Amino acid sequence: MFYREAGQFKKTYAADMAVFPILQDRIGLGIILFIAAVVIPLTGSTFFISSVMIPFLVFSLAAMGLNIVTGYTGLISLGSAAFMGVGAFACFKLTTSFPNVNILVWILASGFFSAVIGALFAIPSLRIKGFYLAVATLAAQFFLEWCFVRIPWLYNYSASGAIQVPQRTLFGHIITGANATPTTRYLVLLAIVVFMTWIASNILHGRVGRTFMAVRDMDIAAELMGIRLLPAKLTAFALSSFYCGVAGAVMVTLWYTGGEASDLFNIRQSFYILFMVIIGGLGSLLGCFLGSALLNIVPLVLKYGLPSIGIAIASETAEHINHLLVGALIIFILIVEPHGMARLWQITKQKLRTWPFPY
Amino acid sequence: MLYNILIDPFVQMGASPDLFVQTLWEGLVSGVLYALIALGFVLIFKASGVFNFAQGIMVVFAGLTLVGLHEKGVPAWIAVLLTLGVMYVLAIAVERVVLRPLVNQPDIILFMATFGLTYVLIGIGEFIFGGEPKQMITEQLFLPTGSIDVNMLGGRVTFQKLDIAAAVIASAMIIGLSLFFQYTRIGRALRAVADSHKAALSVGISLNQIWAIVWFAAGIVALITGIMWGARSEVSFGLDIIALKALPVLILGGFTSVPGAIIGGLIIGVGEKMAEFYWGPLVGGGIENWIAYVIALGFLMYRPQGLFGDKIIERI
Repeated sequence: MFYREAGQFKKTYAADMAVFPILQDRIGLGIILFIAAVVIPLTGSTFFISSVMIPFLVFSLAAMGLNIVTGYTGLISLGSAAFMGVGAFACFKLTTSFPNVNILVWILASGFFSAVIGALFAIPSLRIKGFYLAVATLAAQFFLEWCFVRIPWLYNYSASGAIQVPQRTLFGHIITGANATPTTRYLVLLAIVVFMTWIASNILHGRVGRTFMAVRDMDIAAELMGIRLLPAKLTAFALSSFYCGVAGAVMVTLWYTGGEASDLFNIRQSFYILFMVIIGGLGSLLGCFLGSALLNIVPLVLKYGLPSIGIAIASETAEHINHLLVGALIIFILIVEPHGMARLWQITKQKLRTWPFPY
Repeated sequence: MLYNILIDPFVQMGASPDLFVQTLWEGLVSGVLYALIALGFVLIFKASGVFNFAQGIMVVFAGLTLVGLHEKGVPAWIAVLLTLGVMYVLAIAVERVVLRPLVNQPDIILFMATFGLTYVLIGIGEFIFGGEPKQMITEQLFLPTGSIDVNMLGGRVTFQKLDIAAAVIASAMIIGLSLFFQYTRIGRALRAVADSHKAALSVGISLNQIWAIVWFAAGIVALITGIMWGARSEVSFGLDIIALKALPVLILGGFTSVPGAIIGGLIIGVGEKMAEFYWGPLVGGGIENWIAYVIALGFLMYRPQGLFGDKIIERI
């Protein structure tokens, strides 16, 4: 009823090719951004902001990185957490070595370190395809994980091997370190995520993104059409690692203020990000957010939601049920809709447009 | 530096051959165990084209079920039979619930489904048997314990009896499987399905039935692997990370080749133990975790389909 595009005429080609061609979509996006940027910081509790929204945004960014290489280019990567780690350690080293430079510059710059390493590990991708490549990316995962533990220079020779980003300010506000308020950290993170999503959307709707999709759909045909495979695949891996690297950097600077252990970036984290991409939807930016939201909320609901309505479960049991539910959810979503929640949303939109008629 | 990398390890090997033999033996034994996990992967991949990520966790699950049943007071041999029954039910359930609705989907979707299966199995296993590591019932299954010391090459080399048993059982199982594939009716049907799904369907082979059988076969392999792994260390969900080591074995040997899985397993097992023992100290140790992948990647650069895999032919 409210979701109609009748009367909205496109007068230019650019307007027709817009990412959000329908007025209601643009209004909806504006409302979401308004809620995220104004309503949540004003009304959300500290717990909600630091335990729900911040992890959600960090993992959305990481999922976006993986989605570029797996969803858009069709190369399965099982090493995304390691590339996050590269970004995290790069950011830590940069900001402790050059404390006077703004932390935001280092967060974005650490993405480039990750991109270089990602491109390096992508070189086999020209010769190896499919599952063979997936296993090959595990080499990156385990090798980098080993480096994070065995090279003390990376964590400034601290005894625990953990990295703790010192206090940094932006426009006079403390944004990292133990004294930063969750709301400030959240707002900085939100700005970074919105900016990165905007960039990703532009890249993926343009020539580069179309190249990626051509490679995904059939790489030999893409090659025959004049796409050079090695640069295309290396770009995909570099771009993906850039996003993962930034995600890792914001993870250690804006999320983990206490300097947690170095096994944040292990293989399980990689799988976790992969699940988000699959459940959200391969090849969809919206899917990254949906998948990340779902996988962050399910454990929290089990941990805090059920006891509050009277069903008491031990935290250990909740952990087990969480595994079970995540697994069942993956299988269920794959069976019902192999293209993930993003496709479900598209179907819903289509139904809304034609409502009350079936088509 | 170059001397340390290129010459010194070989000098050490020559200087104390007994240590060399010991390392070689350790490598071979872990190689056999990697090969066993890889074998489960290969069975399923050949018959259904599914890259079964859950094989590692099936090993743990089978081992846990066996030990858990025995703890409840079931005699060992009945527990083994019951565990086989559980693996059979699991195979049927996987075929009905997961594979059948997903037939004809792209490979990556099926791969992801086995990821989901992995988590479901972890959840169920922890829910029923708890998350703590358990002791494998080695004596009750009549597996030998203790070790044999052999004086040779001017030193003493220790062979665990259990490792010898593992090698013998693994070889027996591999011979049994190849006989089964070669001479039985079901085995022939399996090979037909592996060759071509459509051709197999058109001569009246039921794909659903074959998939259930193949998952059950992988379940049996998983149980035996679980017993062997469990007897060497203990049964816990930590083992699923070790099962990831079977992946380089797979890409080294090729996804579709049973001999490839075995030879790949031995190469990886020996390679990583040798690398850890002789080259590991140069970079601070712990390289066992990733050296296997590097070895496999090195082979892959020359043969993208693995050592024994089917040649990859791409058509447009």
